[in-house]
Amino acid sequence: MTATFAGHQVDVDHEGYMQKPAQWNKEIAAEMAREVGIETLTERHWQVVEFVRSRYLETGSAPSIRSLGKESGVPVKELYKLFPKGPAKLAARIGGIPKPRGCI
Amino acid sequence: MKRMVILGAGTAGTIMANRLRKLYKRQIRAGEMSISIVDQDNQHVYQPGLLFVPFQTYTPEDTVEPRRHHIHEEVDYVTGEIDRVAPDEDRVYLSDGRTLDYDILILATGTRVVPEETEGLTGEGWHEKMFEFYTLEGATALADALDTWEGGRLVLNIVDLPIKCPIAPLEFVFLADDYFTKRGMRDRVQITLVTPMDGAFTRPLAAKAFGDLLGEKRIELVTEFNTGEVDGPNGKLMSWDERTVDFDLLVSVPLHLGAAYIGRSPGLGDDMDFVRTDPNALQANRKDNIFALGDATNVPTSKAGSVAHFQAEVLEENIRRFVAGEELEPAFDGHANCFIETGHDKAVLIDFNYDVEPLPGKFPFGGVGPLSLLKETRRNHWGKLAFKWVYWHMLMPGRDLPGVTTRLSMRGKRRGDLPKLERHPVQGGAPDTGASKEEAHVA
Repeated sequence: MTATFAGHQVDVDHEGYMQKPAQWNKEIAAEMAREVGIETLTERHWQVVEFVRSRYLETGSAPSIRSLGKESGVPVKELYKLFPKGPAKLAARIGGIPKPRGCI
Repeated sequence: MKRMVILGAGTAGTIMANRLRKLYKRQIRAGEMSISIVDQDNQHVYQPGLLFVPFQTYTPEDTVEPRRHHIHEEVDYVTGEIDRVAPDEDRVYLSDGRTLDYDILILATGTRVVPEETEGLTGEGWHEKMFEFYTLEGATALADALDTWEGGRLVLNIVDLPIKCPIAPLEFVFLADDYFTKRGMRDRVQITLVTPMDGAFTRPLAAKAFGDLLGEKRIELVTEFNTGEVDGPNGKLMSWDERTVDFDLLVSVPLHLGAAYIGRSPGLGDDMDFVRTDPNALQANRKDNIFALGDATNVPTSKAGSVAHFQAEVLEENIRRFVAGEELEPAFDGHANCFIETGHDKAVLIDFNYDVEPLPGKFPFGGVGPLSLLKETRRNHWGKLAFKWVYWHMLMPGRDLPGVTTRLSMRGKRRGDLPKLERHPVQGGAPDTGASKEEAHVA
């Protein structure tokens, strides 16, 4: 499945998470953010998005909300203000990586 | 002499030790192979039984047997606390200074609950109006509290994922409904399930089925609630996005982490101390002579005893291949099989894997059953109760179960008009940097 963001065609799953992180760029991120109701990505948003993305590229998995709060430099409470409802999921989406593992 | 060391003598470690002992008994007797298993105590808790302790169906004593009793005598039993694994030295360090050298290491140290990670949870009111039932102590304390409780708002809260036995919270609220009904006080109890998930379960058909059951039993469901803080004295759960749920009695399913030594062992675990493990071959990503199974891994399937059992069958074969210098078989498919107690002497059975969500039908023999999938029946309930005997006498010794296959079987399952399942890369695999790759389904 593909979708177009900021004029770039990218591979996504049915929920709109990018499947190929290499296709990502900052314009795509900004448009994805607007779609989920974040009008402007501030410096604090970018700090989180870049942390999530580099952690994924390094280890093959997105960080949990817990390690986001401990290691991204942004406390959990602020994470929920920046990315309402689901910081780990939204930052992954905007950062162009697959949906973090929902667990069963 | 080949030395195999297994860390953890719970469900996964015990099955693995007994299967490998059987496989290599000639080599062990000839002194060419040794198998050691390490645990910090000698108390094997039958974990499915913990669900029944709060409702006094089982006493605490009903759920415990000595670990050593279920491990073959040709396996060396080492009692000790693990400090760390040094993969580059092929050595395990115990906290008291002892070391164990290995040729093959199997990690089966499970997961643990960490209530102190949630602010306020273990503060004022802990074990008075706030409980957990994932440890024997917790389940026992909760039994005492429920016994004298006069009613009010009972809240079950899942703090974070993953959790052990992901359907246990559902079972808990179903059994609570039954328990208070039988005590003639159901009208004085309001039951609420508060979960970070967006439904009662992660897979669509099961989420619908269990969501309907909750409704029938007048159990309220609060979704997408990420617990940030608990206020015991005022009886409030608070989410990170500043929603609150009031309680008179809180049953928390606390944060789960892998064993602490994983975090002290370089490169072995992820950020929650679960072992980074190949989801199909069950080999640790860190080094080729380390394997992992059961709740200790980060593979994207349920943390459940049935999974440990199916994984043990795959891992036994892969260890045989590894010892023989053959290529590993990527045979584990995420197969899980769980009974879900729904109260009033009924239960639901689900059977699923990485790719196939729980479906309706019959199990294990198509058309015949005798058990029914994704449907409440009395026979499933008796199946669950009988399972305790099966656990100690068939699973732990490493015997195969009649009709139950290692890989998920589609026999007896009805696909019907299923929603198409998404596919995307599993956690623990290599990062996908652009190449197209079909990998296992993640719920």
